[in-house]
Amino acid sequence: MNMLSKFGNLSRWPSDPKVIKSGPKAIAPSDMVARKLGWFSIALGIAELIASERIARALGMPGKEGLIRAYGAREVSSGILSLSADKQSGLWSRVAGDGLDIATLLWAFRHDNPKRDNVGLALVLVAGVTLIDLFTAQKVSARHDRGRRQPQDFGDRSGFPRGLEAVRGLARKDMSPASQN
Amino acid sequence: MRALVWHGKEDIRCDEVTDPEIEDPRDVIVRVTSCAICGSDLHLYHNLIPAILPGDIMGHEMIGEVVEVGSGVNGALRKGDRIVVPFTIICGECDQCKRKNFSVCERTNRNKNIADKAFGHTTAGLFGYTHLTGGYPGGQAAYVRVPFADATHIKVPVGLSDEQVLFLGDILPTGWQAAVQCEIAPSDTVAIWGCGPVGQMAIRSAILLGAKQVVGIDCLPERLSMAGAGGAITINFLEESVVERLNDLTGSKGPDKCIDAIGMESHVSFRQPDTVYDRAKQMMLMESDRPHVLREMIYVCRPAGVISIAGVYSGFVDKIPMGQAMNKGLTFRMGQTHVNRWTDDLLRRIEEGQIDPSFVITHTAGLEQGPEMYKIFRDKQDSCVKVVLKP
Repeated sequence: MNMLSKFGNLSRWPSDPKVIKSGPKAIAPSDMVARKLGWFSIALGIAELIASERIARALGMPGKEGLIRAYGAREVSSGILSLSADKQSGLWSRVAGDGLDIATLLWAFRHDNPKRDNVGLALVLVAGVTLIDLFTAQKVSARHDRGRRQPQDFGDRSGFPRGLEAVRGLARKDMSPASQN
Repeated sequence: MRALVWHGKEDIRCDEVTDPEIEDPRDVIVRVTSCAICGSDLHLYHNLIPAILPGDIMGHEMIGEVVEVGSGVNGALRKGDRIVVPFTIICGECDQCKRKNFSVCERTNRNKNIADKAFGHTTAGLFGYTHLTGGYPGGQAAYVRVPFADATHIKVPVGLSDEQVLFLGDILPTGWQAAVQCEIAPSDTVAIWGCGPVGQMAIRSAILLGAKQVVGIDCLPERLSMAGAGGAITINFLEESVVERLNDLTGSKGPDKCIDAIGMESHVSFRQPDTVYDRAKQMMLMESDRPHVLREMIYVCRPAGVISIAGVYSGFVDKIPMGQAMNKGLTFRMGQTHVNRWTDDLLRRIEEGQIDPSFVITHTAGLEQGPEMYKIFRDKQDSCVKVVLKP
């Protein structure tokens, strides 16, 4: 039983049932990784928004502070989406964002860039994160997808044992205003 | 006992919890024989309704056997009685209960002070639906304490199965109330957004109430096939324009009556850009509910028509076209279901074979499979429409 459950128990009425022993956690490991990536995305995004000048300097990309801030905003929105019920969209938006980051870093990985080593290190890190993003996005999508099975046809479930036409309008006479209250 | 317990967003577990006890003379304890997962439970699953706490027991659709009776129940119930428990807890004595406005009972919300602040005035206590509505433990459990039990019950006659009567506690009267408050006339076209369990019941109710045309709107083929079986013309909103098709079906007049059986979590699709806008705002906590269906209903409804809202909304919505609604002279009817106002009549219809609500059940599982069933229901996997759990 975690701290939040203990707090929940304290706030309950005396005779209400209280948790004695928790069952297994219902969140799959891939969904847990998705959440962690969501928070990572938000943290990185905030860093890019507030420290864009330092990041631009470290990567030898002067004049690109606006671009870094835009990437920060993108990271924050991907992170929020990854933490939501639509986590698949959030994770795939992270993968797309990773592609953009790699393209930008490759552009900066020029011989005339005095910070080329930093860019190389950043490229390795982004490539690693991209692999995690890709793997998690695939796992989470597979877990929550509706699947490829043909939807069932419930065309025989009318809910009217006497047949639809036999009951059509049967309740109309009962519904005078007086009978509603 | 075992119960399905909320631990956080998308984290419902089958826990071992202490047994419920009689707290007030008007209580009974019920051994739950069947319970269901409701679409509105998914709002809690997604942590979109405020004031739910880790450790809260889920569930507000249940049927079972009375196993313990408080001293103040005064013969209304006895040990061994089989009852459906309505999701709205009612005292049966306050001014609102006397008017049969049971979902706004003035006495059963034990967190009345919080509800007064949040809503302006308290509403009824509800089972398993946050501390805003009393923090009552829900019925997705082996046992449940039913407060004000002398009024809060529907006795089940001998010979009816759990599956036939379980939905008297919520989705059947909810769909019924949505249709009744439309005041359906024989010439009416009734359009119903959402063919989930409540939408399915609303479709059958509109048929029983004699609508000329009933239209069911959804995007899931299995739900549309079930809607069609119940007598509805179906619209798949991912394949065609809802507004154009409804106008085609009504000679461009629009449906006379529109029912929202979706509520705060309408489907998000790039075909309907306002749904993406709503989703973004909801994620940024700038709007609590996604009201695309309300906008579409107001736009397409025939002037002087009725908008009936059965789907749950929790807080604030944005960009509601009040100008359209006002100038078209639309009437809005809405609210949580006054369950016991309708149940005698609906029980009679079930006994007479006019309707058998069990048609909607697609999955039956043990309570320990509840966490997985929540996921299957939420993700619309395996053609899932309605889950019944057997504790």
